[in-house]
Amino acid sequence: MEIYFDNSSTTRPSSAVCDIVLKTMTEDYGNPSSLHRKGVDAEHYIKDARKIIADILKVQEQEVYFTSGGTESNNWALIGGALSRRRSGNRILTTSMEHPAVSEPLHMLENFGFTVEKIPVDAKGMLQLDRLEAMLGDDVILVSTMYVNNEIGAVVPVEKVASMVHAHCPDALYHVDAIQAFGKYRIYPKKTGIDMLSVSGHKLHGPKGTGFLYVRNGSRLQPIIYGGGQQKGMRSGTENVPGIAGLSVACREAYEDFDAKMAHIQALHDRMTEGLQKLDDVVVHGSGDACMAPHIVHAAFVGVGSEVLLHSLEDRGIYISAGSACSTHKRSASPTMTAIEASPAEVSSSVRFSFCETNTEEEVDTVLAVLAELLPKLRRYRPR
Amino acid sequence: MYHTFLIKYGEIGIKGKNRHVFEDALAKQIRLKLSKLDGEYEIRHERGRVYVECSGEWDEGETVDALQHVFGIVGICPVHTYPTEGPDELKAAVVDYIAQEYPDSHATFKVKVRRVDKEFPGTSMEIAAALGEAILQNFPNMKVDVHNPDILLDIEIRDTVYVYSRIIPGPGGMPVGTNGSAMLCLSGGIDSPVAGWMIAKRGVVLDAVYFHAPPYTSDRAKEKVVDLARQVAKYAGPIRLHIVNFTDVQLAIYDTCPHEELTIIMRRYMMKIAEHFAVKNGNLGLITGESIGQVASQTMQSLLTTNAVCTLPVYRPLIGMDKNEIVDISLKIGTYETSILPYEDCCTIFVAKHPVTRPILEVIEKSEAKLKGQIEELVQTAIDTTEIIVAKP
Repeated sequence: MEIYFDNSSTTRPSSAVCDIVLKTMTEDYGNPSSLHRKGVDAEHYIKDARKIIADILKVQEQEVYFTSGGTESNNWALIGGALSRRRSGNRILTTSMEHPAVSEPLHMLENFGFTVEKIPVDAKGMLQLDRLEAMLGDDVILVSTMYVNNEIGAVVPVEKVASMVHAHCPDALYHVDAIQAFGKYRIYPKKTGIDMLSVSGHKLHGPKGTGFLYVRNGSRLQPIIYGGGQQKGMRSGTENVPGIAGLSVACREAYEDFDAKMAHIQALHDRMTEGLQKLDDVVVHGSGDACMAPHIVHAAFVGVGSEVLLHSLEDRGIYISAGSACSTHKRSASPTMTAIEASPAEVSSSVRFSFCETNTEEEVDTVLAVLAELLPKLRRYRPR
Repeated sequence: MYHTFLIKYGEIGIKGKNRHVFEDALAKQIRLKLSKLDGEYEIRHERGRVYVECSGEWDEGETVDALQHVFGIVGICPVHTYPTEGPDELKAAVVDYIAQEYPDSHATFKVKVRRVDKEFPGTSMEIAAALGEAILQNFPNMKVDVHNPDILLDIEIRDTVYVYSRIIPGPGGMPVGTNGSAMLCLSGGIDSPVAGWMIAKRGVVLDAVYFHAPPYTSDRAKEKVVDLARQVAKYAGPIRLHIVNFTDVQLAIYDTCPHEELTIIMRRYMMKIAEHFAVKNGNLGLITGESIGQVASQTMQSLLTTNAVCTLPVYRPLIGMDKNEIVDISLKIGTYETSILPYEDCCTIFVAKHPVTRPILEVIEKSEAKLKGQIEELVQTAIDTTEIIVAKP
């Protein structure tokens, strides 16, 4: 038995993705910059991919740039964005629960003289918009928020943030890290007011090492990778044709039968949450009225170390993620756990279940049954 | 460019009639280490000297690094060789050597000559004086200082002339394989790999045992220990690593014994199992990374209590060392970076908040007596299910 409930870490590439990756490695292996037919054939995959993604986002094809993944997209948007606006001001706003792929490049920018301010979130991970309102001003050059939080699944109201940012900060760029959201939400950056959007391929059944950054026309984003001038000089380097082709298939598939798939994932989420709440001493984060993403369930099993639970489930063929740092030597909580001010007992016992459309209700029931069996045993042995 | 190394070995030289055993072992270890490199090497030992002749695609840095992993080597001297002819040719050779090794040098120097070839004209002192003069003539910026020279030039006149002045330090110790074998209790920490390295340095072949407690310790923790064993194996040669699944023994102790005694009792069972494998492998002792007073389980009382289950000698090379001294060695031998990876944390559930620091053997034995009837089978299962991995450099 194998139950994979760790789809927010990575997903299994679909067979159509694997097929096109193999084809572009064995048959259409040309360099898209080559002048001969092999090159032209390879370039077609990139053009097609760009069109598929542009259609999904309802943007123009030339606004889509392929990258090596979510981390690069975020780095480019933030570093390139800050560089392009450095004459207009030096304040950058972000949330207190960002992934390191956003918080670390911002930390780097702080060392270069930019000021980074963090918008707080409440105990459920909801962004405090009134606090954001007070922080806005015309010296803000860049605002970066996630769409869906990678740990607990809290959703940021990006449309509201976008309208606030553009109303108060005329020259600011609004970047959204949509790595956990793309494929789970219909995202239309133009209509929403998003200037840059980061997406990673391997979170939606695409290959690892793939992703893209949507960059609104006219946003004057500065490149950070220089070289042979590929992708209009904005992101040099021979395009990863197999990756880009695989990514485009993954994107297309993600939005096929979209409503039915999302209803299924929501049903898994609800079943899991209800089942967990019936168990003793389990805290499900962000349940109730909070706006949470359907594919992530984050829970603390008080009294059981998260890594111990992870390995016990692994023994039964069930794969999940230890939600937050479990290092008992450091006792450092993850960014999100710190942001929502979770108690040390919850931090050390939190795990994340994350679903995809191929997961089933039977799998949820099996995991719940295994948990009900394991938890009393694991709780017998705890540090005293 | 030189293509010869003179290998200096310390203690082996004083081993009396056994000397050839040690020299053969050293040459064998050198051959083994160098066999993995691209170059071609010839190892000669003659009259208390070991020479490594390099040819083909050999790389200086790689070769020195490999030799620095051979226990028994005290110093590695890059040697320039010249044919043994007359006094004038010798002068030209030494001038050539200085021009290659120390061009434009302002250093002070001293010449030391060993005239092994007694046909060569002049005494050692006379030859040294003549060579010093030749150097002064050709390199006006260099000066003689016989007491504290920057460069001590060694010249040996044999069937070939050997000129060297640099000594790159080796790890010292004795060649692996000259002193039996021992079982290292290896954890993922900083200390135990250092302890293994120190005993291996005395010529001892290592086996190792690691206690794994899934799901409380992860596969990554196991990987880490394998990586540490590999790192030590770069010096000590292949290590047979015994991975014991210890969870059920630990849980039984947890269920039955007072919690403040958990660690001590657990360690006693670890030692028993380690000794079982040691006896089976013909090891002549156990090795631990214990150091007096470092943690509760390493007070003298605790050491006495854990030691009581063993009949083999337990070697504790770090016993009198401070943590920072141990860290220094682990940095030097390259285990530190791996040791500090944060994987082993999760077995802390078996550590009591206030463990005993002065256990009394009789009390511990009384607590342990409660395990009778169930523990024997669990220990046997742990032994039977042990996985053996050969950690190669």
